[in-house]
Amino acid sequence: MAAGDDLKLLGAWPSPFVVRVKLALSFKGLSFENVEEDLGNKSELLVSSNPVHKKVPVLLHNGKPICESMVIVQYIDEAFTGTGPSLLSSDPHERAIARFWAAYVDDKLVTSWVQSFRGKTEEDKSEGTKQMFAALQTLEGALRECSKGEGYFGGESVGLVDVSLGGLLSWLNATEEMSGTKIFDPVKTPLLAAWAERFSELDGAKLALPDKDRMVEFIQKRQAQAAAAAAASQK
Amino acid sequence: MADVVLLDLWVSPFGQRCRIALAAKGVAYEYREQDLSNKSELLLRSNPVHRMIPVLLHGGRPVCESLLIVQYIDEAWPVAPRLLPGDPYARAQARFWADFVDKKIFDCGTRLWKCNGAALEQATRDMIEALGALEAELGGKDYFGGEDLGFLDVALAPFTSWFRTYEQCGGFAIAEHCPGLAAWADRCRGRDAVASALTDPDKVYEFALTLKKKFGDK
Repeated sequence: MAAGDDLKLLGAWPSPFVVRVKLALSFKGLSFENVEEDLGNKSELLVSSNPVHKKVPVLLHNGKPICESMVIVQYIDEAFTGTGPSLLSSDPHERAIARFWAAYVDDKLVTSWVQSFRGKTEEDKSEGTKQMFAALQTLEGALRECSKGEGYFGGESVGLVDVSLGGLLSWLNATEEMSGTKIFDPVKTPLLAAWAERFSELDGAKLALPDKDRMVEFIQKRQAQAAAAAAASQK
Repeated sequence: MADVVLLDLWVSPFGQRCRIALAAKGVAYEYREQDLSNKSELLLRSNPVHRMIPVLLHGGRPVCESLLIVQYIDEAWPVAPRLLPGDPYARAQARFWADFVDKKIFDCGTRLWKCNGAALEQATRDMIEALGALEAELGGKDYFGGEDLGFLDVALAPFTSWFRTYEQCGGFAIAEHCPGLAAWADRCRGRDAVASALTDPDKVYEFALTLKKKFGDK
């Protein structure tokens, strides 16, 4: 890292979008200052750095803000090309494919997972679960295609899609534990199941991924809060 | 099959982004109009995940998702104009705002033709706010890309054909709220690469009215 490179991450530890940025920084071997935001009482710095969305993550590089997790991840890869591995191939078609699957994780997997948790009715929630498993099946095919027999979506080493999906791992592992249903099922999605284990063992991932038990506790607390709020609004 | 093929729909602003990028780079391509009520084998094979247009086929290999296609075109034909700048920070800003166009402009635009009453009023307020944010981002520049068309110009330009529709549905004038953006729209639409790709605003309004009839809130 060049002298005078100051990296500050405005984040919230449970957020998979924040975790993505931590993963990218970690894989590139970049040190940064982690600022934990209270999302119920957003800092002046956060609001002024991301006036459009007022959300985490925000990466400040020498004071200049970059917002939106996958924009930040690509920025890290491009601004620090000499440092650590590249997260994207130099081939335009491979780059397009990686960006496609990274976006797919957001469009289909995140959306359906959120619905399975926050759906208004039991029907909504189970539809979300169904779509989540369908998305995982599709990602199994994507992994087969992108890995070319190697261990990651990026091939021999982690790439953009690994970071995009990796950000969700703690949420998905916690969900697995809480529901008792395997999400990365070694029978239904063997490549993904192996990928999840392999990815979690990476030094870079260990630094960035929130602890599963802490995540379970967090989700349970949120569910309790949501239930209490729903009950209160019905009185 | 030609070396470069675009599977597209005449009125799609997402498809038009790709047409503008190809025209700006001077890339010859075959345009294939798709019937989305009876999707072609080629479309389904090329975009099995989303089954949507636009799809760019280059040497038979598909690229999907309009903003990804535009980046691909920029990288596969690294000639002037460079749609994404060289500087990583400027690239990040361009990507952020193009994502904003997808999240806000398209969503507000849809609500403008679809909704009535209070929902329509909210959509109008949201659209004015979103356009205002883009106006601020443009600042005093001729184009979002600076002196020439860039990634964000390409991302937003097709939606200028929908400005008249937004105005009619919402009962407001864009030039009144965002004069800089309105001037940018005229400037952009005057460029050959853009003009050849866009749908006439009156035809778009006609199209939006048929959408409203079919899918609008009652």
